Amino acid sequence: MTAADVATARRQLPVRLLLVAGVVLVAVGVLAVAGLQGSLVYYRTTSELVADPELQGQRVRLGGLVVAGTVGTTAEGVRFELTDGVQDVLVINAGQPRGVFQEGQGAVVEGSLGADGVFRSDVLLVRHDNEYRAPAGGTGRPAEDGG
Amino acid sequence: MTSPSPCTADRLLGAATAVVASVAVALALVAAPTDAVQGEPQRLMYVHVPAAWLAYLAFAAVLVASVAHLLTRDLRWDRRAQAAAELGVGMTALAIALGSVWGRPVWGVWWVWDPRLVTTAVLLLVYVGYLGVRGLGDDRAAGARRAAAVGILGFVNVPVVHFSVVWWRTLHQPATVLSPDPAPMDPWMAAALGAAVAAFTLAGVLVVRRRLRDLASADAPVAGAARPPADAPAEALAVVPRAQR
Repeated sequence: MTAADVATARRQLPVRLLLVAGVVLVAVGVLAVAGLQGSLVYYRTTSELVADPELQGQRVRLGGLVVAGTVGTTAEGVRFELTDGVQDVLVINAGQPRGVFQEGQGAVVEGSLGADGVFRSDVLLVRHDNEYRAPAGGTGRPAEDGG
Repeated sequence: MTSPSPCTADRLLGAATAVVASVAVALALVAAPTDAVQGEPQRLMYVHVPAAWLAYLAFAAVLVASVAHLLTRDLRWDRRAQAAAELGVGMTALAIALGSVWGRPVWGVWWVWDPRLVTTAVLLLVYVGYLGVRGLGDDRAAGARRAAAVGILGFVNVPVVHFSVVWWRTLHQPATVLSPDPAPMDPWMAAALGAAVAAFTLAGVLVVRRRLRDLASADAPVAGAARPPADAPAEALAVVPRAQR
Protein backbone atom coordinates (compact mmCIF):
# COMPACT_ATOMS: atom_id res chain seq x y z
CA MET A 1 0.00 0.00 0.00
CA THR A 2 1.36 3.41 -0.91
CA ALA A 3 0.83 6.49 1.21
CA ALA A 4 -1.91 7.58 -1.22
CA ASP A 5 -3.69 4.24 -0.79
CA VAL A 6 -3.53 4.59 2.97
CA ALA A 7 -5.02 8.06 2.71
CA THR A 8 -7.80 6.71 0.47
CA ALA A 9 -8.55 3.93 2.96
CA ARG A 10 -8.71 6.51 5.75
CA ARG A 11 -11.20 8.56 3.75
CA GLN A 12 -13.39 5.54 2.93
CA LEU A 13 -13.53 4.29 6.47
CA PRO A 14 -15.89 6.94 7.92
CA VAL A 15 -18.31 6.31 5.05
CA ARG A 16 -18.58 2.65 6.05
CA LEU A 17 -18.86 3.58 9.70
CA LEU A 18 -21.56 6.12 8.89
CA LEU A 19 -23.41 3.45 6.90
CA VAL A 20 -23.29 1.01 9.82
CA ALA A 21 -24.31 3.74 12.28
CA GLY A 22 -27.13 4.78 9.95
CA VAL A 23 -28.50 1.25 9.72
CA VAL A 24 -28.37 0.93 13.52
CA LEU A 25 -30.12 4.29 14.00
CA VAL A 26 -32.87 3.39 11.53
CA ALA A 27 -33.41 0.05 13.24
CA VAL A 28 -33.63 1.68 16.67
CA GLY A 29 -35.98 4.32 15.28
CA VAL A 30 -38.28 1.72 13.73
CA LEU A 31 -38.36 -0.19 17.03
CA ALA A 32 -39.09 2.97 19.00
CA VAL A 33 -41.93 4.02 16.68
CA ALA A 34 -43.36 0.49 16.71
CA GLY A 35 -43.24 0.51 20.50
CA LEU A 36 -45.00 3.88 20.71
CA GLN A 37 -47.74 2.70 18.37
CA GLY A 38 -48.37 -0.32 20.55
CA SER A 39 -47.52 -2.84 17.87
CA LEU A 40 -45.12 -4.49 20.29
CA VAL A 41 -48.14 -5.72 22.23
CA TYR A 42 -48.13 -9.36 21.21
CA TYR A 43 -51.68 -10.08 22.38
CA ARG A 44 -54.64 -8.28 23.97
CA THR A 45 -56.26 -9.41 27.18
CA THR A 46 -59.94 -10.30 27.19
CA SER A 47 -60.78 -7.13 29.16
CA GLU A 48 -58.90 -4.91 26.69
CA LEU A 49 -60.60 -6.56 23.73
CA VAL A 50 -64.13 -6.15 25.11
CA ALA A 51 -63.51 -2.62 26.41
CA ASP A 52 -62.25 -1.28 23.07
CA PRO A 53 -65.03 -1.12 20.45
CA GLU A 54 -62.47 -0.22 17.76
CA LEU A 55 -60.99 -3.70 18.05
CA GLN A 56 -64.28 -5.40 17.13
CA GLY A 57 -64.03 -7.01 13.72
CA GLN A 58 -60.29 -6.36 13.51
CA ARG A 59 -57.81 -9.19 13.30
CA VAL A 60 -56.03 -9.29 16.66
CA ARG A 61 -54.31 -11.75 18.95
CA LEU A 62 -56.16 -12.55 22.16
CA GLY A 63 -54.45 -14.15 25.14
CA GLY A 64 -55.69 -15.56 28.42
CA LEU A 65 -56.22 -18.68 30.48
CA VAL A 66 -58.49 -21.45 29.20
CA VAL A 67 -61.40 -21.61 31.66
CA ALA A 68 -61.76 -25.09 33.18
CA GLY A 69 -64.88 -26.94 32.06
CA THR A 70 -65.51 -24.80 28.96
CA VAL A 71 -63.56 -26.79 26.36
CA GLY A 72 -65.70 -28.54 23.77
CA THR A 73 -65.28 -29.76 20.22
CA THR A 74 -67.11 -28.28 17.24
CA ALA A 75 -67.58 -29.61 13.72
CA GLU A 76 -64.40 -27.94 12.52
CA GLY A 77 -62.36 -27.40 15.66
CA VAL A 78 -62.60 -26.49 19.29
CA ARG A 79 -64.51 -24.00 21.46
CA PHE A 80 -63.57 -22.71 24.88
CA GLU A 81 -63.59 -19.60 27.03
CA LEU A 82 -60.53 -17.43 27.61
CA THR A 83 -60.26 -15.29 30.71
CA ASP A 84 -57.94 -12.75 32.28
CA GLY A 85 -59.63 -13.32 35.62
CA VAL A 86 -62.15 -10.53 35.06
CA GLN A 87 -63.63 -10.89 31.59
CA ASP A 88 -64.48 -14.18 29.84
CA VAL A 89 -64.63 -14.41 26.04
CA LEU A 90 -66.01 -17.39 24.12
CA VAL A 91 -63.57 -18.51 21.43
CA ILE A 92 -64.50 -20.71 18.49
CA ASN A 93 -61.34 -21.90 16.79
CA ALA A 94 -61.30 -23.39 13.31
CA GLY A 95 -58.92 -26.31 13.55
CA GLN A 96 -57.87 -28.70 16.26
CA PRO A 97 -55.47 -27.38 18.88
CA ARG A 98 -51.81 -28.32 18.62
CA GLY A 99 -49.22 -28.23 21.36
CA VAL A 100 -50.12 -28.92 24.97
CA PHE A 101 -53.49 -27.14 24.90
CA GLN A 102 -55.47 -27.83 28.08
CA GLU A 103 -57.80 -26.29 30.64
CA GLY A 104 -56.21 -23.95 33.13
CA GLN A 105 -53.22 -23.23 30.89
CA GLY A 106 -52.65 -20.15 28.76
CA ALA A 107 -53.54 -19.80 25.09
CA VAL A 108 -53.17 -17.11 22.45
CA VAL A 109 -55.63 -17.10 19.54
CA GLU A 110 -55.59 -15.04 16.35
CA GLY A 111 -58.85 -13.91 14.80
CA SER A 112 -61.55 -11.31 15.38
CA LEU A 113 -64.36 -10.54 17.77
CA GLY A 114 -67.79 -10.70 16.13
CA ALA A 115 -70.81 -8.50 16.94
CA ASP A 116 -72.24 -11.50 18.79
CA GLY A 117 -69.38 -11.38 21.29
CA VAL A 118 -67.82 -14.58 19.99
CA PHE A 119 -64.13 -14.54 19.05
CA ARG A 120 -63.58 -16.61 15.90
CA SER A 121 -59.96 -17.63 15.44
CA ASP A 122 -57.96 -19.73 13.03
CA VAL A 123 -54.62 -19.74 14.86
CA LEU A 124 -54.32 -21.28 18.31
CA LEU A 125 -51.02 -21.15 20.21
CA VAL A 126 -50.39 -22.58 23.65
CA ARG A 127 -48.86 -20.28 26.24
CA HIS A 128 -47.68 -22.46 29.10
CA ASP A 129 -46.48 -21.03 32.41
CA ASN A 130 -42.98 -21.10 33.90
CA GLU A 131 -43.67 -23.74 36.56
CA TYR A 132 -42.18 -27.19 36.11
CA ARG A 133 -43.29 -30.16 38.17
CA ALA A 134 -43.82 -33.91 38.08
CA PRO A 135 -47.32 -35.19 37.27
CA ALA A 136 -49.57 -35.53 40.34
CA GLY A 137 -50.07 -39.28 39.89
CA GLY A 138 -46.45 -40.43 39.78
CA THR A 139 -42.83 -39.49 40.00
CA GLY A 140 -42.73 -38.76 36.30
CA ARG A 141 -39.38 -40.54 36.08
CA PRO A 142 -39.35 -42.76 32.98
CA ALA A 143 -37.69 -45.67 34.84
CA GLU A 144 -40.25 -45.66 37.67
CA ASP A 145 -43.44 -44.93 35.77
CA GLY A 146 -42.74 -47.27 32.88
CA GLY A 147 -41.93 -44.46 30.47
CA MET B 1 1.64 -18.19 26.47
CA THR B 2 5.07 -18.81 27.98
CA SER B 3 3.64 -20.57 31.02
CA PRO B 4 4.28 -24.34 30.80
CA SER B 5 0.87 -25.19 32.25
CA PRO B 6 -1.86 -24.27 29.70
CA CYS B 7 -2.14 -27.82 28.38
CA THR B 8 -2.31 -29.27 31.89
CA ALA B 9 -4.91 -26.69 32.84
CA ASP B 10 -6.90 -27.53 29.71
CA ARG B 11 -6.73 -31.25 30.53
CA LEU B 12 -8.01 -30.61 34.05
CA LEU B 13 -10.72 -28.35 32.67
CA GLY B 14 -11.65 -30.96 30.07
CA ALA B 15 -11.86 -33.68 32.71
CA ALA B 16 -14.01 -31.48 34.96
CA THR B 17 -16.27 -30.67 32.02
CA ALA B 18 -16.67 -34.36 31.18
CA VAL B 19 -17.54 -35.27 34.79
CA VAL B 20 -20.04 -32.44 35.25
CA ALA B 21 -21.58 -33.07 31.82
CA SER B 22 -22.04 -36.78 32.66
CA VAL B 23 -23.77 -35.86 35.90
CA ALA B 24 -25.96 -33.39 34.01
CA VAL B 25 -26.96 -36.01 31.42
CA ALA B 26 -27.84 -38.51 34.15
CA LEU B 27 -29.87 -35.93 36.07
CA ALA B 28 -31.61 -34.62 32.94
CA LEU B 29 -32.53 -37.96 31.39
CA VAL B 30 -33.02 -40.25 34.43
CA ALA B 31 -33.44 -38.39 37.71
CA ALA B 32 -35.54 -35.44 36.54
CA PRO B 33 -39.26 -36.18 36.21
CA THR B 34 -41.21 -35.67 33.03
CA ASP B 35 -43.04 -32.35 33.20
CA ALA B 36 -46.71 -32.63 34.13
CA VAL B 37 -47.89 -30.18 31.46
CA GLN B 38 -45.31 -30.29 28.67
CA GLY B 39 -44.18 -33.92 28.82
CA GLU B 40 -40.84 -35.05 27.41
CA PRO B 41 -40.15 -31.96 25.25
CA GLN B 42 -39.60 -30.00 28.48
CA ARG B 43 -36.26 -31.84 28.82
CA LEU B 44 -34.98 -29.58 26.03
CA MET B 45 -34.78 -26.99 28.81
CA TYR B 46 -31.57 -28.67 30.03
CA VAL B 47 -29.77 -27.59 26.84
CA HIS B 48 -31.83 -24.57 25.71
CA VAL B 49 -31.40 -22.63 28.96
CA PRO B 50 -27.64 -23.36 29.41
CA ALA B 51 -27.04 -22.32 25.79
CA ALA B 52 -28.82 -19.01 26.40
CA TRP B 53 -26.97 -18.53 29.70
CA LEU B 54 -23.58 -19.17 28.09
CA ALA B 55 -24.46 -16.71 25.32
CA TYR B 56 -25.22 -14.02 27.93
CA LEU B 57 -21.97 -14.82 29.75
CA ALA B 58 -19.96 -14.73 26.51
CA PHE B 59 -21.42 -11.37 25.48
CA ALA B 60 -20.68 -9.99 28.96
CA ALA B 61 -17.08 -11.14 28.42
CA VAL B 62 -17.09 -9.37 25.03
CA LEU B 63 -18.21 -6.18 26.81
CA VAL B 64 -15.46 -6.38 29.47
CA ALA B 65 -12.75 -7.32 26.97
CA SER B 66 -13.86 -4.57 24.55
CA VAL B 67 -13.68 -1.90 27.26
CA ALA B 68 -10.26 -3.24 28.32
CA HIS B 69 -9.07 -3.17 24.71
CA LEU B 70 -10.16 0.44 24.18
CA LEU B 71 -8.40 1.45 27.42
CA THR B 72 -5.16 -0.46 26.82
CA ARG B 73 -5.15 -0.94 23.01
CA ASP B 74 -3.77 -4.38 23.85
CA LEU B 75 -4.61 -6.92 21.15
CA ARG B 76 -4.81 -9.68 23.77
CA TRP B 77 -8.07 -8.12 25.00
CA ASP B 78 -9.28 -7.93 21.42
CA ARG B 79 -8.61 -11.64 20.93
CA ARG B 80 -10.48 -12.43 24.15
CA ALA B 81 -13.43 -10.40 22.91
CA GLN B 82 -13.38 -12.18 19.55
CA ALA B 83 -13.18 -15.67 21.05
CA ALA B 84 -16.03 -14.89 23.46
CA ALA B 85 -18.15 -13.39 20.67
CA GLU B 86 -17.69 -16.49 18.51
CA LEU B 87 -18.85 -18.67 21.40
CA GLY B 88 -21.78 -16.34 22.10
CA VAL B 89 -22.94 -16.38 18.47
CA GLY B 90 -22.83 -20.18 18.41
CA MET B 91 -24.73 -20.46 21.69
CA THR B 92 -27.37 -17.92 20.61
CA ALA B 93 -27.95 -19.87 17.40
CA LEU B 94 -28.15 -23.10 19.42
CA ALA B 95 -30.65 -21.57 21.87
CA ILE B 96 -32.84 -20.37 18.98
CA ALA B 97 -32.71 -23.73 17.20
CA LEU B 98 -33.47 -25.74 20.36
CA GLY B 99 -36.19 -23.28 21.34
CA SER B 100 -37.79 -23.83 17.95
CA VAL B 101 -37.70 -27.61 18.41
CA TRP B 102 -39.22 -27.12 21.90
CA GLY B 103 -41.88 -24.71 20.66
CA ARG B 104 -43.33 -26.96 17.97
CA PRO B 105 -44.68 -29.71 20.28
CA VAL B 106 -45.54 -27.37 23.18
CA TRP B 107 -46.76 -24.08 21.65
CA GLY B 108 -47.82 -25.70 18.40
CA VAL B 109 -45.50 -23.63 16.20
CA TRP B 110 -41.79 -23.51 15.32
CA TRP B 111 -41.56 -19.72 15.49
CA VAL B 112 -43.64 -16.72 16.55
CA TRP B 113 -42.87 -13.03 16.18
CA ASP B 114 -43.05 -12.34 19.89
CA PRO B 115 -40.66 -9.91 21.62
CA ARG B 116 -38.43 -12.60 23.19
CA LEU B 117 -37.85 -14.41 19.90
CA VAL B 118 -37.41 -11.24 17.86
CA THR B 119 -34.95 -9.62 20.30
CA THR B 120 -32.96 -12.88 20.42
CA ALA B 121 -32.78 -12.98 16.63
CA VAL B 122 -31.58 -9.35 16.69
CA LEU B 123 -28.96 -10.34 19.30
CA LEU B 124 -27.65 -13.01 16.95
CA LEU B 125 -27.49 -10.53 14.06
CA VAL B 126 -25.73 -7.87 16.16
CA TYR B 127 -22.93 -10.23 17.16
CA VAL B 128 -22.64 -11.75 13.68
CA GLY B 129 -22.22 -8.10 12.66
CA TYR B 130 -19.61 -7.70 15.40
CA LEU B 131 -17.60 -10.55 13.89
CA GLY B 132 -18.09 -9.04 10.43
CA VAL B 133 -16.94 -5.55 11.44
CA ARG B 134 -13.59 -7.02 12.51
CA GLY B 135 -12.82 -7.85 8.89
CA LEU B 136 -13.62 -4.40 7.41
CA GLY B 137 -10.38 -3.02 6.05
CA ASP B 138 -6.83 -4.34 6.40
CA ASP B 139 -5.78 -2.43 9.51
CA ARG B 140 -5.76 -4.95 12.36
CA ALA B 141 -5.69 -2.28 15.09
CA ALA B 142 -8.47 -0.17 13.53
CA GLY B 143 -10.61 -3.28 13.05
CA ALA B 144 -10.11 -4.18 16.70
CA ARG B 145 -11.17 -0.68 17.82
CA ARG B 146 -14.29 -0.70 15.63
CA ALA B 147 -15.17 -4.18 16.87
CA ALA B 148 -14.74 -3.04 20.47
CA ALA B 149 -17.22 -0.20 19.88
CA VAL B 150 -19.77 -2.66 18.46
CA GLY B 151 -19.02 -5.12 21.28
CA ILE B 152 -19.84 -2.45 23.87
CA LEU B 153 -22.93 -1.02 22.14
CA GLY B 154 -24.24 -4.48 21.24
CA PHE B 155 -24.40 -5.56 24.87
CA VAL B 156 -27.37 -3.20 25.35
CA ASN B 157 -29.42 -5.90 23.69
CA VAL B 158 -28.60 -8.59 26.28
CA PRO B 159 -30.75 -7.20 29.13
CA VAL B 160 -33.41 -6.35 26.56
CA VAL B 161 -33.54 -10.04 25.56
CA HIS B 162 -33.56 -11.27 29.14
CA PHE B 163 -36.24 -8.88 30.37
CA SER B 164 -38.32 -8.95 27.18
CA VAL B 165 -40.57 -11.53 28.86
CA VAL B 166 -41.09 -9.11 31.78
CA TRP B 167 -41.38 -5.81 29.89
CA TRP B 168 -43.68 -7.02 27.12
CA ARG B 169 -46.33 -9.66 26.63
CA THR B 170 -44.80 -12.66 24.98
CA LEU B 171 -45.77 -16.17 24.03
CA HIS B 172 -42.47 -17.27 25.55
CA GLN B 173 -42.84 -18.06 29.25
CA PRO B 174 -41.03 -15.86 31.78
CA ALA B 175 -37.80 -17.09 33.38
CA THR B 176 -38.25 -19.49 36.29
CA VAL B 177 -34.92 -19.04 38.11
CA LEU B 178 -33.25 -15.77 36.97
CA SER B 179 -36.44 -13.83 37.45
CA PRO B 180 -37.71 -10.97 39.60
CA ASP B 181 -40.56 -13.34 40.46
CA PRO B 182 -39.13 -16.91 40.65
CA ALA B 183 -41.53 -19.76 40.01
CA PRO B 184 -41.57 -23.26 41.51
CA MET B 185 -39.54 -26.02 39.86
CA ASP B 186 -39.21 -29.68 40.79
CA PRO B 187 -35.92 -30.01 42.78
CA TRP B 188 -34.60 -32.77 40.48
CA MET B 189 -35.33 -30.59 37.45
CA ALA B 190 -33.54 -27.69 39.14
CA ALA B 191 -30.55 -29.95 39.91
CA ALA B 192 -30.39 -31.12 36.29
CA LEU B 193 -30.59 -27.53 35.06
CA GLY B 194 -27.88 -26.40 37.48
CA ALA B 195 -25.53 -29.22 36.45
CA ALA B 196 -26.16 -28.51 32.77
CA VAL B 197 -25.43 -24.80 33.25
CA ALA B 198 -22.18 -25.69 35.05
CA ALA B 199 -21.19 -28.13 32.29
CA PHE B 200 -21.89 -25.58 29.54
CA THR B 201 -19.94 -22.90 31.41
CA LEU B 202 -16.89 -25.17 31.88
CA ALA B 203 -17.02 -26.29 28.25
CA GLY B 204 -17.31 -22.65 27.17
CA VAL B 205 -14.19 -21.64 29.12
CA LEU B 206 -12.31 -24.58 27.60
CA VAL B 207 -13.37 -23.69 24.05
CA VAL B 208 -12.44 -20.03 24.50
CA ARG B 209 -9.01 -20.92 25.92
CA ARG B 210 -8.22 -23.18 22.97
CA ARG B 211 -9.49 -20.59 20.50
CA LEU B 212 -7.34 -17.90 22.14
CA ARG B 213 -4.20 -19.92 21.45
CA ASP B 214 -5.14 -20.14 17.75
CA LEU B 215 -5.88 -16.42 17.58
CA ALA B 216 -2.63 -15.56 19.37
CA SER B 217 -0.56 -17.54 16.89
CA ALA B 218 -2.44 -15.89 14.00
CA ASP B 219 -1.56 -12.46 15.45
CA ALA B 220 2.06 -13.35 16.21
CA PRO B 221 3.68 -11.98 12.99
CA VAL B 222 1.74 -8.71 13.32
CA ALA B 223 2.56 -8.34 17.00
CA GLY B 224 6.30 -8.78 16.36
CA ALA B 225 8.52 -5.73 16.59
CA ALA B 226 9.90 -5.99 13.05
CA ARG B 227 7.04 -5.20 10.69
CA PRO B 228 7.57 -5.86 6.97
CA PRO B 229 7.38 -2.84 4.65
CA ALA B 230 3.74 -1.97 4.06
CA ASP B 231 3.97 -2.54 0.31
CA ALA B 232 5.73 -5.95 0.44
CA PRO B 233 3.59 -8.88 -0.70
CA ALA B 234 2.45 -10.83 2.34
CA GLU B 235 3.37 -14.16 0.75
CA ALA B 236 7.07 -13.28 0.89
CA LEU B 237 6.99 -13.92 4.62
CA ALA B 238 6.00 -17.51 4.07
CA VAL B 239 8.22 -18.54 1.16
CA VAL B 240 11.59 -16.90 1.81
CA PRO B 241 13.79 -19.41 3.62
CA ARG B 242 15.65 -18.18 6.67
CA ALA B 243 19.10 -18.83 5.08
CA GLN B 244 18.46 -16.46 2.14
CA ARG B 245 17.28 -13.49 4.16
